Amino acid sequence: MVSGPGASLSEESTHDVADPAEGGVNSTTGKAIEGRSLRQIAWRRFKRDRVATAGGAFVGFLVLVAIFATPIVSLIGHPIDAFNNDLIDPTLGLPLGSFGGISGEHWLGVEPTSGRDVFSRIIFGAQTSIFVAFLAALVSTILGAILGLAAGFMGGWVDAVVSRIMDFLLAFPQLLFSIALVSVLPDSFFGLDGRLSRMAVLIGVIGFFGWPYIGRIVRGQVLSLREREFIEASRSLGARTGRILFRELLPNLAAPILVYTTLIIPTNIITEASLSFLGVGIEAPNPSWGGMLYDAKSYYQSDPTYMIIPGVCIFITVLAFNLFGDGLRDALDPKAH
Amino acid sequence: MSTPLLEVTGLQKHFPITAGLLRRQVAAVRAVDGIDLTVNKGETLGLVGESGCGKSTAGRLITRILEPTGGTVTFDGQDITHIKRGPLRDLRRDVQMIFQDPYSSLNPRHTVGTIVSAPLQIQKIPTPQGLKKAVQELLELVGLNPEHYNRYPHEFSGGQRQRIGIARALALKPKMIVADEPVSALDVSIQAQVVNLLDDLQRELDLTYLFIAHDLSVVRHISDRVAVMYLGKVVEVAPRDDLYAHPRHPYTVALMSAVPVPDPSRRDKAQRERVLLTGDVPSPIDPPSGCRFRTRCWKAQDVCASEQPPLTVLADGHQVACHFPVSDEEQHAAGSGRSAAAAQARDKIATVVADPE
Repeated sequence: MVSGPGASLSEESTHDVADPAEGGVNSTTGKAIEGRSLRQIAWRRFKRDRVATAGGAFVGFLVLVAIFATPIVSLIGHPIDAFNNDLIDPTLGLPLGSFGGISGEHWLGVEPTSGRDVFSRIIFGAQTSIFVAFLAALVSTILGAILGLAAGFMGGWVDAVVSRIMDFLLAFPQLLFSIALVSVLPDSFFGLDGRLSRMAVLIGVIGFFGWPYIGRIVRGQVLSLREREFIEASRSLGARTGRILFRELLPNLAAPILVYTTLIIPTNIITEASLSFLGVGIEAPNPSWGGMLYDAKSYYQSDPTYMIIPGVCIFITVLAFNLFGDGLRDALDPKAH
Repeated sequence: MSTPLLEVTGLQKHFPITAGLLRRQVAAVRAVDGIDLTVNKGETLGLVGESGCGKSTAGRLITRILEPTGGTVTFDGQDITHIKRGPLRDLRRDVQMIFQDPYSSLNPRHTVGTIVSAPLQIQKIPTPQGLKKAVQELLELVGLNPEHYNRYPHEFSGGQRQRIGIARALALKPKMIVADEPVSALDVSIQAQVVNLLDDLQRELDLTYLFIAHDLSVVRHISDRVAVMYLGKVVEVAPRDDLYAHPRHPYTVALMSAVPVPDPSRRDKAQRERVLLTGDVPSPIDPPSGCRFRTRCWKAQDVCASEQPPLTVLADGHQVACHFPVSDEEQHAAGSGRSAAAAQARDKIATVVADPE
């Protein structure tokens, strides 16, 4: 890797004159000296972890499904609100055929009573879950990173106030608050339709109650990092606080923030499903995994398929996110164990 | 010698200890408690003392990373004790610092190029030849391969990392560098290389060093004058050779006798002359009255407890803060080296051990 001193001296002149793209392969040296960044090292380590890679691949697949939910459903040709009364046993209200009416036409069967296509509704439910979970995690991460940085770096009364707010929020009954909040909010606002306005509320509530988890991690990391000499060195060069926070500290916090963000996403998925199950999440005609589980509880004794399908979806999604997050943590911080 | 570049008088730093809900100050750690120092242009002043004596705090006060509690710091004729933000940023160009731990003083997420160019960017120094070229020149100056521009600190050894830290300190072409134990985290074989590099750079770039260390042989190698600190106070300042040959303060005598002798034929004699101090360094929260060293000093008398000895210039040019400086006769008594002083010290210690009060 290291070329001899003599060689490097002769290279230097050619390197600077004829190398507009730095780090590019230099024909005279054969191989330019390029450091491997911690990110590259982490990526190599992550690639070796098969379980985490599989989790990551499934997460990527789900994100694609969520983004392209509308074209996928229109391609299959079963709109989420199309009733199929001919597929329902009129006396029992159950789908005709075994396993919830699974057939070549309806891949995951049809809904009891209404006969709506379960596959299409699962796809749209995935969109809801993924969007709510990701955006809520984003809200938590931004709030947690900023407040955690401020608390850890400034200390004193700022730290005291932020830490007490975090303790307060962690002790707060989030579920009860959400139920109470949703019951007083109008069905739609800001010109959003019922589904989007409910998603916005869920993102806000879940995101707001999630930031203390990130905030605590960031605060703790900042407390230890700010005693490192490179912060002192930066200050002795005359750096302003903004530079120290965002150029020196934040790059060192990227790894823990990323890991904890990926680990709160599955929690958010479960919270969203729970709220929808309780009837304060996504409103009835719009599909959601939690709402489907609620609908299924009247039928599961006669035909459990309709309950198993959204349940398995939630399970696999949360598992994939957790495996991905754990793998990410191992790759970014191998000393954690 | 020549004109003073840095003058420190009565410099103090007290770290408050707070308790209770209202954060009331209950006590203070007197890390630096009234030190006087002068560093002349182009010289190296070594600052030695054991762990916790306040030498690093003193360095951080002089570079104004910390705010002094009292006293004055004058740099190049300008009072910088409580300098404001704007002028302080300009001062950073003239006073730079090299840090102790090369593993914590470089940001692990930045490349060498980013680290060494940071001072130029922060201070908005124009680089006519281009930032990359400027950084590569600095890397070459400290003996690193300029091709390593894009590498990360974790790819370097401790000695190389310390060179990166030196390059960063040199980027602003400072007049003075405060080196806080720059080699104590390195292997012995690497220490010499880094010390010699600092020596060469001083000659080439006309630098002034305040060299903080606890390793007496390293300090002896690089310093022109040496100041000895004990518990937040400077107890003795003298030209290097004078201090090592004729220590005047009892603490310096004890410190010098602790330097290992590399020559086995002299080792036997050296061991007999060893002055062993008993007890621990008192707490800087509640330092002893009068002379700080009196609790461990074999020459202590009543006056030492009541009166704080000022730092005064002796006839031979030493600045010593002691009521009873150790004379050459004591050190070379009875023609057989310093054994008499040592014997006297041992007697005193024996009585102290037998009768603590």
